[in-house]
Amino acid sequence: MPDQPVTNVLEALELSKEVSSPEGSLTILNDVSFTIRKGESVAVVGPSGAGKSTLLALLAGLDLPTRGHVVLNGANLSDLDEDGRARVRADSVGFVFQSFHLVPSLNALENVMLPLELAGQGDARKAARKIIDKVGLADRWSHYPAQLSGGEKQRVAIARAFATEPAVLFADEPTGNLDSRTGETIMALMFELNRSSSTTLVLVTHDNNLAERCDRILALDTGRLVRDTGAGA
Amino acid sequence: MKALLFALRSFGRELRSGEVLVLLAAVGLAVAALTAVGFLTDRIGKAVARQANEVLAADLRLRSQEPVPAEWREMAADFNLETADTLSFPSVVFNGDDSALSSIKVVSDKYPLRGAMRVSDELFGEQREVDTVPASGEVWADGALLARVGADVGDILDIGELQLRVSAVLTYRPDQSIGFASLAPTVVMNIADIDRSGLIGVGSRVRYALLIAGDEQNVASFNEAIQDKLPDEIRVRSQEESSERAYNAADRAQRFLSLTAVISLLLSAVAVAMSARRFAHRRMDAVALMKSLGATQGFVIQVSLVQLLLLGILGVAAGSIVGYAAEGIISRILADLLAGDLPEAGLRPVILASGSALVLMLGFALPSMIQLRNTPPLRVLRHDEMPPAPSRLLVGGLSLLAVAALLYRSVGDPRMLVILIGGIVVIAGGLYLVGRGLVAIIGRARSGVGVAWRYGLANVARRGRDSAVQVVAFGLGITVLLLLTLVRTDLLEGWRQTMDEDAPNHFLINIQPHEVESVGEMFVTNDLEVPTFTPLVRARMTSINGESVKDRKYPNEDGRWLANREANLSWSAELSSSNEIVEGQWWSAEYKGPALVSIEEEAAMNAGLTLGDKLEFFVAGRSVEAEISSIRKINWDSFQPNFFLVLSPGALDDLPTTYISSMRIADDKQPMLIDLMRKHPAVSVIDLGAILQQVRGIIEKATLAVQAVFVFTLAAGIAVLFAAVQSTIDERRFESAMLRALGARKLTVFSGVMAEFAALGAAAGFLASAGASILAWLVATELFELPYEFSLLIWVAGIGAGIFVVCVSGFFAARGAVNAAPVDVLRGVTT
Repeated sequence: MPDQPVTNVLEALELSKEVSSPEGSLTILNDVSFTIRKGESVAVVGPSGAGKSTLLALLAGLDLPTRGHVVLNGANLSDLDEDGRARVRADSVGFVFQSFHLVPSLNALENVMLPLELAGQGDARKAARKIIDKVGLADRWSHYPAQLSGGEKQRVAIARAFATEPAVLFADEPTGNLDSRTGETIMALMFELNRSSSTTLVLVTHDNNLAERCDRILALDTGRLVRDTGAGA
Repeated sequence: MKALLFALRSFGRELRSGEVLVLLAAVGLAVAALTAVGFLTDRIGKAVARQANEVLAADLRLRSQEPVPAEWREMAADFNLETADTLSFPSVVFNGDDSALSSIKVVSDKYPLRGAMRVSDELFGEQREVDTVPASGEVWADGALLARVGADVGDILDIGELQLRVSAVLTYRPDQSIGFASLAPTVVMNIADIDRSGLIGVGSRVRYALLIAGDEQNVASFNEAIQDKLPDEIRVRSQEESSERAYNAADRAQRFLSLTAVISLLLSAVAVAMSARRFAHRRMDAVALMKSLGATQGFVIQVSLVQLLLLGILGVAAGSIVGYAAEGIISRILADLLAGDLPEAGLRPVILASGSALVLMLGFALPSMIQLRNTPPLRVLRHDEMPPAPSRLLVGGLSLLAVAALLYRSVGDPRMLVILIGGIVVIAGGLYLVGRGLVAIIGRARSGVGVAWRYGLANVARRGRDSAVQVVAFGLGITVLLLLTLVRTDLLEGWRQTMDEDAPNHFLINIQPHEVESVGEMFVTNDLEVPTFTPLVRARMTSINGESVKDRKYPNEDGRWLANREANLSWSAELSSSNEIVEGQWWSAEYKGPALVSIEEEAAMNAGLTLGDKLEFFVAGRSVEAEISSIRKINWDSFQPNFFLVLSPGALDDLPTTYISSMRIADDKQPMLIDLMRKHPAVSVIDLGAILQQVRGIIEKATLAVQAVFVFTLAAGIAVLFAAVQSTIDERRFESAMLRALGARKLTVFSGVMAEFAALGAAAGFLASAGASILAWLVATELFELPYEFSLLIWVAGIGAGIFVVCVSGFFAARGAVNAAPVDVLRGVTT
């Protein structure tokens, strides 16, 4: 591993997260460390309250750890301010959320254009059209989120996530709001895009079947990393 | 640049989606309201002032004992102003052997510059307005004079060396109320005849006046330009001094109009603030998403600001169009009031309103935008993650700064500004604190009520801070509307009293002491109440505290004039009912000691006089010294004989005295006056009917103006409250859908929402009543100088209005939310 540093796209080092609550300090994540290589697909699993979403937020730089640090695509996120972390995300991160998070005032195509425009990409519209076609929404690009089904919304979200060809794609329960059949097609689409663009995939899920399809599983329980199928691999 | 492009692109999309419509509507509404009210106050204010100027027959009057030098006329021409000349002096008029003292008014062609004279073709005939003056060789004479000398229209009168034909009966001239105490019946003649009349000679008591009128701005500049140059013998008189009562009415109407302008501004501020809050709130998710996708804070705020600015520009454009259209409609409705050659209001109110709305938007929306910038990107994963609330200092400071800047323009008076801003801050702060308290109490009350109310009241309590903010917004809105209602009612009531039908309509002057009794008897025989006869002694003040009045220094020119002119003195044992002692004490009824004098408040101030000062008068070869023992405030509105200087009984005994009196004589009793004039030819009867009519005219216009502006502001206020309710509707949509999905009937959900609004409305109304009572008291006493009585009715009205307005607007706003199919709403949440 030390002789191939460039292949490590994501590194978590002794990550801890504590929050204050009326009952005193609450430890949500406790001393979690692991490394994820480029192109790997990783499932983060665990019961509710295990700290999965918190881990995702820390890995993507949406939040900062109380102790430890995250290195994302070569950048130590703890050294950066909020804008610095935003720039890292713009360059190397894509998101797919459980509740889709499409902008209701933008149509499907415009939602996909959003990260491209934020990254200052020249022909955002053309690039967005291309990827919209790829996720099978060629004839629905002008529809607004309210006019789309759950599965279609998630396709738009996936198209948006892959539009900037990010180094890492974070997915937070991407099938959580979908029926099993739709969930199945969505995951197939995600894995396919993951392979074809050699993106690293970090997936938070409750779904064991889904987790099994990933290269590696990280299991959390009460804030601790209790299993890592790829450790030392 | 990237942010600008992005903002421009996404703004179009946001507009299409209707997301920003509420803020757009609020800004538009604000501009429309400010434009229309600005226009109204501007034009109506001018109309009322113009009417008040009629009393002067001009906008400005230069008067002197000598002919007014041509240089002032030329200077007025340089300022693009119109001028007219008048001379007036007493002279005896003959018709054959019959003669009477009259006041000759010599006028040039353009007289009067404001208002118009009215004449009739025969005694007591139909009167008509004229825009000319008597031709050379002709006069127009007062009916009383014609009656006294037994002449009629067409007869020839001897005036000085001239023989002039009476071509009409003069029934009204605009400036007849000026100096009426020395007035005998008037004869108006053409200035072309004056040189041949032989009436102007050494020692004749002629008063010359140069009347000036024109564009308001030009008049003001001219007035300013002459201030330092005018020699002592020329005095300027402007509308303020011309008729206390008419001017007071006009002035109060103007102040009321400014107040409504201020109030529409505050209402707009509330609307913009509420909408901006909603705007920022709704964008929070989008901002969190943009940040998670890599947008920086700078980018986010730039985009938000550009969009806010675009919104402002769009809102201003829409509002200007609506405001301009409203302007047209209102001016048609008020065509009668605004008739005349008033300048068009033009684009000025639109520009001012637009600027004000943009300032308001920046002041009130900026804090929300800054809060937006701090939205944590983590919100994409945890929806309850909120940006830290913007500092209260920032919110308060920015919004107050915006309001203060705009208010200062409307109020123009630092003292008033401090009162207003102080009032707003105290009320808003009080509303917020008490609002939180009420919200907590409402939350506790929910255990004892039905399910709908429990749901509604629980909502009020759960949204603690938000509910309190809404209470503040509604409360402020209702406060200003209540305030407006209160002040308007007070104002109209005050005017109604002024216009008392029992007010005296005749003055009798120049009654000799031996005539008092027989004049009084004539009233008895005609079944009229015998009026009070007030003594009058003409005197000159010679020294103050031993120093000659000529050498003494005075705080202002009015004071010098007061001390040096021929003074009318009176004495009385009792304080007149229209007077009020403000300093010192009135003498006892039996007082027999050394002479004391009571002086009018303003006269004392102008002449720099105070209690204990010794005034020396010279009367008919005798010197009288009196010490100032009290200072009085005079209610000039009473139309009773009043004097700047009143002495204690005995001080003026054995000095040449005449009496004056005022009384109300009904139309059917007026023939007794002819009888009176015949029996007492030296007594002058002055008919105040025309003056009263003039004052009534002004007050009626001012009343109409106040009503019109009030109704418009009220409508705008309700619209603004409606917008404020709209801005709170989002979260209710989701909750309604949830409840209905859980099996609640539509009616139950609706009742719950209405319960929430009713509770908010009642809380806001309660607080607004308290605030409005205090503010109205301040405004009434400080601004309008009217007495104020606290009323319980205001609480009923305030709370009632609060519940009604919030519930009605809430009804329309919430109807859609409650009626929406639950599945659509719930699906819409996960986008």
